[in-house]
Amino acid sequence: MARPVRYNLTGERDLKLVKEGPIGYAGEGFMATTLDQIIGLARKNSLWPLPFATSCCGIEFMATMAATYDLGRFGAERVGFSPRQCDMLLVMGTIAKKMAPVVKQVYLQMAEPRWVVAVGACASSGGVFDTYSVLQGIDQIIPVDVYVPGCPPRPEAILDGIMKVQNLVGKESLRRRNGEHYKALLNSYGIE
Amino acid sequence: MALTNEIVKQKLTEKFGDSVTNFEEPFGMLTFEAPKEMNLKVLQFLYDDETLGFRFLTDLTAVHYPDNPGRELAVVYHLHNLRENFRVRFKIFTSIENPDVFTATKLFAAANWMERETYDFYGVNFIGHPNLKRILNVDEMDYHPMRKEYPLEDRQRTDKDDEMFGRGEIFPNQA
Repeated sequence: MARPVRYNLTGERDLKLVKEGPIGYAGEGFMATTLDQIIGLARKNSLWPLPFATSCCGIEFMATMAATYDLGRFGAERVGFSPRQCDMLLVMGTIAKKMAPVVKQVYLQMAEPRWVVAVGACASSGGVFDTYSVLQGIDQIIPVDVYVPGCPPRPEAILDGIMKVQNLVGKESLRRRNGEHYKALLNSYGIE
Repeated sequence: MALTNEIVKQKLTEKFGDSVTNFEEPFGMLTFEAPKEMNLKVLQFLYDDETLGFRFLTDLTAVHYPDNPGRELAVVYHLHNLRENFRVRFKIFTSIENPDVFTATKLFAAANWMERETYDFYGVNFIGHPNLKRILNVDEMDYHPMRKEYPLEDRQRTDKDDEMFGRGEIFPNQA
């Protein structure tokens, strides 16, 4: 006997695709709001992650991408492995000092706007590897937007970090990346 | 006839007399020492001799003994006779002020990278090595990190509270 098809949406008639829309003036069949908010909304729901996975945090990220946790729900389905296509760099794992120039080069190859997440204790602070060969946190070489603590963090924690990035992306002013403050920030890392 | 520790020891004593010293057998593996000027002669003899035939260099590394004046650095060769499946360990000692040792790259091609690693971490200067530069650490590093002269942690850090990590007074003599 064929299984009866049942819709999950039974009873929910007024379902909206975007539950929390941008603040604006809406009427019958139209809505007016600022360009910042529209672009922020588009950007934050279509982040392209670039995983830079060097150890166990990378394994947790694989679980985050897989079916149970499913990062695709947040619009970050498409993991790009070319920095030129991506806008969210996830550094996951211990970064040795010899690896540092590689991380920086990957960051430089990304186009603006770009965001960086340091996933796990090692990427955030060097973790237990308080030693001569390990970079003590990637914020010594590139600016970081969100730190995810944990050793390794659970997939929920990574999802929380990515939701924090989405929050930043959605609220970011379109002028920020051209501003003096941002230039000064990059210059402090030796980036022109 | 299977190779034994006694045969190797006897052969070495016949050839080099009292120069080869400090025969030990920790965990059954023959270990001996020679003056550092003789390292190539001993390796060559172990390689060429028909009975011995130690023609495979398993490992080459160094050890730092800071409390051993004049003999601070030990260079250790692990040799393997593949035909008899028999191993020996050969050590030479050198002072840390003058860590010059002849390279074994002419005898074992495998010694090339191992000597670079030993140079990288202990600063042993292998005379005659074709390309003696750092292999694992960053090129900008200006010290040899496996020498027991440095605290394990990165001293440059400012974000960790030493007291919380129980190391506030561990190295009081070092700035």
